[in-house]
Amino acid sequence: MNGGDEVVTAPAGPPQPLDWKFSQVFGERTAGEEVQEVDIISAIEFDKTGDHLATGDRGGRVVLFERTDTKDHDALRRDLERTDHPINRHPEFRYKTEFQSHEPEFDYLKSLEIEEKINKIRWCQTANRALFLLSTNDKTIKFWKVQEKKVKKISEMNLDPPKAVGNGCVASSSNSNSPTLCLANGGSSGNDFSFPPGGLPSLRLPVVTSQETNLVARCRRVYAHAHDYHINSISNNSDGETFISADDLRINLWNLEISNQSFNIVDVKPANMEDLTEVITSAEFHPTHCNMLVYSSSKGSIRLIDLRQSALCDSHAKLFEEPEAPGSRSFFTEIIASISDIKFAKDGRYMLSRDYMTLKLWDINMDSGPVSTFQVHEYLRPKLCDLYENDSIFDKFECCLSGDGLRVATGSYSNLFRIFGCAPGSTEATTLEASKNPMRRQVQTPSRPSRSLSSITRVVRRGAETSGVDANGNSFDFTTKLLHLAWHPTENSIACAAANSLYMYYA
Amino acid sequence: MSTVEAPLYPIAVLIDELKNDDIQLRLDSIRRLSTIARALGEERTRSELIPFLSENNDDDDEVLLAMAEELGVFIPYVGGVEHAHVLLTPLETLCTVEETCVRDKAVESLCKIGSQMRENDLIEWFTPLVKRLAAGEWFTARVSACGLFHIAYPSAPETLKTELRSIYGQLCQDDMPMVRRSAASNLWKFAGTVESAHLKADIMQMFEDLTQDDQDTVRLLAVEGCAALGKLLEPQDCAARILPVIVTFSQDKSWRVRYMVANQLYELCEAVGPEPIRTDLLPAYVRLLRDNEAEVRIAAAGKVTKFCQILSPELAIQHILPCVKELSLDSSQHVRAALASVVMGMAPVLGKDATIEQLLPIFLSLLKDEFPDVRLNIISKLDQVNQVIGIDLLSQSLLPAIVELAEDRHWRVRLAIIEYIPLLANQLGVGFFDDKLGGLCMQWLQDKVYSIRDAAANNLKRLAEEFGPDWAMQHIIPQVLEIANDSHYLHRMTLLRAISLLGPVLGSEITRSKLLPVVVNASKDRVPNIKFNVAKVLQSLISVVDQSVVEKTIRPCLVELSEDPDVDVRYFAVQGLQSIDQVTMSS
Repeated sequence: MNGGDEVVTAPAGPPQPLDWKFSQVFGERTAGEEVQEVDIISAIEFDKTGDHLATGDRGGRVVLFERTDTKDHDALRRDLERTDHPINRHPEFRYKTEFQSHEPEFDYLKSLEIEEKINKIRWCQTANRALFLLSTNDKTIKFWKVQEKKVKKISEMNLDPPKAVGNGCVASSSNSNSPTLCLANGGSSGNDFSFPPGGLPSLRLPVVTSQETNLVARCRRVYAHAHDYHINSISNNSDGETFISADDLRINLWNLEISNQSFNIVDVKPANMEDLTEVITSAEFHPTHCNMLVYSSSKGSIRLIDLRQSALCDSHAKLFEEPEAPGSRSFFTEIIASISDIKFAKDGRYMLSRDYMTLKLWDINMDSGPVSTFQVHEYLRPKLCDLYENDSIFDKFECCLSGDGLRVATGSYSNLFRIFGCAPGSTEATTLEASKNPMRRQVQTPSRPSRSLSSITRVVRRGAETSGVDANGNSFDFTTKLLHLAWHPTENSIACAAANSLYMYYA
Repeated sequence: MSTVEAPLYPIAVLIDELKNDDIQLRLDSIRRLSTIARALGEERTRSELIPFLSENNDDDDEVLLAMAEELGVFIPYVGGVEHAHVLLTPLETLCTVEETCVRDKAVESLCKIGSQMRENDLIEWFTPLVKRLAAGEWFTARVSACGLFHIAYPSAPETLKTELRSIYGQLCQDDMPMVRRSAASNLWKFAGTVESAHLKADIMQMFEDLTQDDQDTVRLLAVEGCAALGKLLEPQDCAARILPVIVTFSQDKSWRVRYMVANQLYELCEAVGPEPIRTDLLPAYVRLLRDNEAEVRIAAAGKVTKFCQILSPELAIQHILPCVKELSLDSSQHVRAALASVVMGMAPVLGKDATIEQLLPIFLSLLKDEFPDVRLNIISKLDQVNQVIGIDLLSQSLLPAIVELAEDRHWRVRLAIIEYIPLLANQLGVGFFDDKLGGLCMQWLQDKVYSIRDAAANNLKRLAEEFGPDWAMQHIIPQVLEIANDSHYLHRMTLLRAISLLGPVLGSEITRSKLLPVVVNASKDRVPNIKFNVAKVLQSLISVVDQSVVEKTIRPCLVELSEDPDVDVRYFAVQGLQSIDQVTMSS
């Protein structure tokens, strides 16, 4: 951390800021069109390969998109690689299918309505070209399989279809369990058929003629009745066998193949609910270590759990907290410290957390404080009172890391989202708007931050663009918030949700 | 379309329904696949039905599961073992589907078929299939492959054997943890077919790789196979190769691995012989008994008796007994419960002196445990206790525990103790029972919970069977019949239930003179529920008492009830009368 100068002068240098361009939009709103509540996107997730993208919405639907630019260009790509040309294609997706994952329900025992809103989606291991994913609402997790199925078109039936239907009640196999059949050649009739050696030549098997296929989504398993509070996260384990689900007070461990039991591994519920001071806000498994997971809390702390230590992991292996700056405490301190999302970087060494005002990057080997802190919308600090009044202060923004771990991104208000470079020495801090013209709101950053500033430490609070906030006289719109976004696992491409529209950008 | 002769109609429908839109009909058809095969004949089954099934692989998992199962016993329908190989194709496809239970069933069926196939056919058809699956693009195929090596290996020629071993080695290092798990759990099966030289070299290398896997779930399954693998080796090899691994595992960072060791350790002891047990396994086991994870101690505590049985009494007293003492005071109730369920088995191993001196205090402290499951577990093993320490000593400490459990506020605990009462009665004898437990048995008849009252009535019946009608006349009947005057109608219902159970045990004479009058009296109850239960009881007593009593007492009573204003009472009264008529007619 003391090598600021070194890093700047290192031969490679920090990566250049990316130039972001609009790629695609799905479900774009026309001017004046009112957004239906059920259409608002509430979850976005790329699969491990980046060839598929899933979104969930408040209406309980899951929509799948598939990448179109790789499949037919494999050969071409190989040629390009051989001649060492850069691949200047960017990921392009097309609508694949959608299905209704959750329906509104009513819990009669507790007199509670259970919303159908999809809180999280996680992809599971692909097998035989079938896609698998987990989706969850507040209470129930479901395991979906999406697969191409042949459209059946049967010919060569033994019986004419209408005739078969007409006599179906007599001869349907449901009552042919113990048929007595006298054959013409006098074969014995008994509890079962008897046939001449060589079989009966007049019988034939149905023939399927159609080769058409269509996509079918089937719910394979339902993991229900394990959460008293609202589920905020689900996360797969690297063992391909288990996953966790976290609600406000508990984390449960499931086996993907067993839906009728789960193990409670974390329980922070105090004996007396009046003593409750902290809730779980998000949880995620380590990308490669099967025994490690982290969860974040409403007090801004992150706990690392080692499943090997004990069956009930109420004591953490590590606690990551930022020491409070003396004298900075205010009424809002605790509220804005609440972590709304936590993600591991692909290598498993760094993790990213989002609280109301900042993004923080942590090294799992350093629990004394974050490695870097990025101000997302510092200009809102004077307005915290208003944000508290209209409840916006409780908005839960997600965050994401690029596949190479060099950049991080998160959303803000007015459909803006921000991208920061987190490589040593990087000063990249970009503001984009979720629209067809993402750079429209791009505020002019000071052309080059003074060297002395960047050399202090990487923990310097960057991107505090107080100057540009109201420069163009725009008042910020708290109703258009960009909560959900996801970074493509291998390329610089971001998918983000602005209300009911899914915008995609590339660089 | 086509004409089908009338007698063939059902089978024609069955065939057509293989492709019906209704999954239930498809399932029914698949379950009767053998019928279809016989109708088509062996020739066409091979040339048409099997290829048809091979393409039928995108059906619902339920149908695929049924198909995988049916094909496992299909050899007779394709023309015997010389044609068995045609069945491999559809099963190979089923080995690659995503649903685990379908794959497992397909592998099972393949093993069944493979074990009947001729040696040449195995080399020509089965081994290539295993190799194809092991090289499968998707992990599902590779997972299935692991379960087939032990069928393919024995008949393969030498070069092929080398190849198969090397393929299995690759599967043990597959990228996907699912494949490594499957390789780990099937290793001992494969090892059983491998020649001893290769077993010591190749297989043990694979085993060691698996035991060092990053994924806990893989190591877990490697432990599970330890004991089976150990039994294949010579004792000295087992001690040299498996023992160190087990000792390392018993100190694994992951509590789940240690839990597995605690469960497997006893079986492993059988494989290594006495000396390593004393030097290595005993210390490992003692560590597990003192593990800081409760789940591990639960598993270890549950094996304490089995482990002691293979040790000498001195070692058991010296090393295990101190741990048992600690466990009996464990902070986790589940550990104490696990210990309580097995601890009495240690008595015969330790001998009478050590038992009374050392084990009895443990046993008594568990019997006074605050957690009811612990006490129940001790009481359920009462017969073992009795043999060792004798009834007098037992009854002094036992009784307070039983009385407390009998009044436990959890009705499931009360239910459990009621179910042990006949066992207790048998062990304690009549005299002791009358003094102390008779009152409890009556008390339960008036419990707040129906299940307890019902169990109490059953209990009376079992006691009557145990001690005989005379005893019952003296000790049960007077108290039971008193309930007839109880003001609570639910208690009076319990009485009727008890009578219907006791009648057949006590015989016709007592039933007529003692029980029947009470029932008839109850027929004048003001509560209709009582009255129709009277009708039901009377119906059940028809077969117990003499014909004359039926005509004289039961019939008039039922006739009266059959004119009751309440519809249910009339219904059951009429049913009763009908069964009297049936009995009369048949006699």
